Amino acid sequence: MHLLAIDWIFLLEKLILIVIIISISLGVAMYSTWWERKVAAWIQDRIGPNRAGPLGLLQPLADGLKLFMKEEIFPASSNKILFLLGPCLAMLTAMMTSAVVPWASHLHIAGRDVPLQIADVNIGILYVFGVVSMGVYGVMIGGWASNNKFSLMAAVRGASQIISYELAMGLALIALVLHTGSLSLGVIVEQQAHQGYWNIVLQPLGFLIFFVCALAECNRTPFDLSEAESELNFGYHQEYSSMKLGFYLFAEYVNMFISSVIMATLYFGGYHIPFIHIADPNFAALAGFIFLFAKTAAFITVFMWIRWTVPRFRYDQLMNLGWKGLIPLALINLLITAVVILLHTQH
Amino acid sequence: MQSLTNRSKPVERKPMTWVERIYIWNIFKGMLITGKHFLKKKPTIQYPEEKRTFSPVFRGVQVLNRDEEGRERCTACGLCAVACPAEAITMEAAERKPGEENLYREEKYAARYEINMLRCIFCGLCEEACPKDAIYLSETFAPANYQRKGFIYGKNELLIPDPKTQAQELAKARGQL
Amino acid sequence: MNVTQILFWLLSALTVFSALVVITRKNPVYSVLWLIITFISISGHYILLNAQFLAVVNVIVYAGAIMVLFLFVIMLMNLNADAEPQKNKWLQFAGVIAGGCLALVIIAALKNVDAKARIAETGSDIGLIENLGKVLFTQYVLPFEISSVLFLSAMVGAVVIGKKN
Repeated sequence: MHLLAIDWIFLLEKLILIVIIISISLGVAMYSTWWERKVAAWIQDRIGPNRAGPLGLLQPLADGLKLFMKEEIFPASSNKILFLLGPCLAMLTAMMTSAVVPWASHLHIAGRDVPLQIADVNIGILYVFGVVSMGVYGVMIGGWASNNKFSLMAAVRGASQIISYELAMGLALIALVLHTGSLSLGVIVEQQAHQGYWNIVLQPLGFLIFFVCALAECNRTPFDLSEAESELNFGYHQEYSSMKLGFYLFAEYVNMFISSVIMATLYFGGYHIPFIHIADPNFAALAGFIFLFAKTAAFITVFMWIRWTVPRFRYDQLMNLGWKGLIPLALINLLITAVVILLHTQH
Repeated sequence: MQSLTNRSKPVERKPMTWVERIYIWNIFKGMLITGKHFLKKKPTIQYPEEKRTFSPVFRGVQVLNRDEEGRERCTACGLCAVACPAEAITMEAAERKPGEENLYREEKYAARYEINMLRCIFCGLCEEACPKDAIYLSETFAPANYQRKGFIYGKNELLIPDPKTQAQELAKARGQL
Repeated sequence: MNVTQILFWLLSALTVFSALVVITRKNPVYSVLWLIITFISISGHYILLNAQFLAVVNVIVYAGAIMVLFLFVIMLMNLNADAEPQKNKWLQFAGVIAGGCLALVIIAALKNVDAKARIAETGSDIGLIENLGKVLFTQYVLPFEISSVLFLSAMVGAVVIGKKN
């Protein structure tokens, strides 16, 4: 079985896991659109989609079909290759982040421990940051290639917003990493399970900063400056139609899903279920997976809840909040954490 | 200016307090409000399955009445057309021929009677003007149509079913079935 | 040939090819995008050398932040392919001389290098974040801190320039 010194069973295992996780991400993104419309409707005293299937559950399929049926438009003066590359890049980077997330504890199949994580890299969380910083290009390339001043402005806005908030996000995270002592998401979850309480207890301020930055990174209201229907028409995807537009919209929901998973993993114990110990490893993995999903769903709902409550920030307010509010706050949080850890280790 | 109600509040222009400036608390309050709406009972009426009942004085689309023997009551006197503020009603009179006594109640009748539903404002003045009780406003509204000419209702659309020959349809139209 | 070698040659070919494309494109936006690909393939090399931290930081800082700023400037200046900025003959001449000098220096430096001794051991763990951090904060703590002062002065300079208008 050893050709080219590759463990083929290992490769197959990972491939299956990748396929499963990508389809789950896409499925969750699909049903996030449905849930978003439901939440919006309920908050506005409406019922929301309820015609396609029971409770409107087939609505995402209908929406997808509609997008597929739309005409593919390439604006005459656009840059064709980059115009196509933009949404593909957005989708690709959105999907790539899920590689380092530990979805559950080990499965035990046929005497083989199967970790439910595509790659337990020892710099897992930095990998996420790297991929997110690549995600900017999807927005920028798409906005520029449309050859439209609104799209370009939105792309520049979006990119500078994402870069600015990445800083505060990273600083908030460093405080957490000081405590955990590892950048691997798998280790962070195990360590939370080991210490018995979740990291939110130790890092409430850090979590708040991280959460606000996650909103900004996902281009969600109140930070959807790069979309800004009312000022920039439709932002960077104004010229897009059909499935290219679908990719952009879908990537946004995938991003939201992944950032919810990462928040649940970093601050809320990931797949760890407090106070319950399950002996059978397979059953424990399944229960942990479901529990992680429940946390993720809760985060996604909060994202939507915020979207339908808070109006959009003005651009200068956004930048002020990022640079003069969150970054100093994150630095203070980092300093306090460092001092506490130093005092703690000395005694 | 004197205010109409005692509910008006003067606009406050105080500088924001610290709690207001950090904004988090205000967002939280806003989310509580939207959260309450999230759980509220929705007032939506699922239209085709569920219909709102009209009030008893609802003025809907017009009908042309018949008498007990199924004869048209309208004599094409034109009073409704004169009363109509939107000038939606036109008609052409004709004389009743011998042998048509079972169709028309009086010697003169409306050979053509048209109401333009796009003009009609459903004020009910035609109903008030009619000396023969021939035109009434019913309790339904004009359904949607793809063409403008579909909204010009002639006698076919307006006349109620004959109580003698089409008793079933009449009961149905009245909502008794 | 094992997998690492295959990957090495693939990545090397990609790196060199994309670096060549960077300097031959007329449209600066394309150049920047190919430069990003170059950086990412260099990160691939780092991963082959078991230096994941360096790889990811390279992606975040160079391919992510700095290239985005490049792209910003180029997109906002709206340089088109037909409006190539430098056509001065003397500048081209100077460029050839400068490039030639650089090539000479590199060739001279690499001529006497014993290739075998310099190959990084792929099994070493020096690129991992823990070891790297320890080395940086013990052996190289002074240069490390001085470079952070350098960044601070650059930041202050940027603020001063920004304040003027």
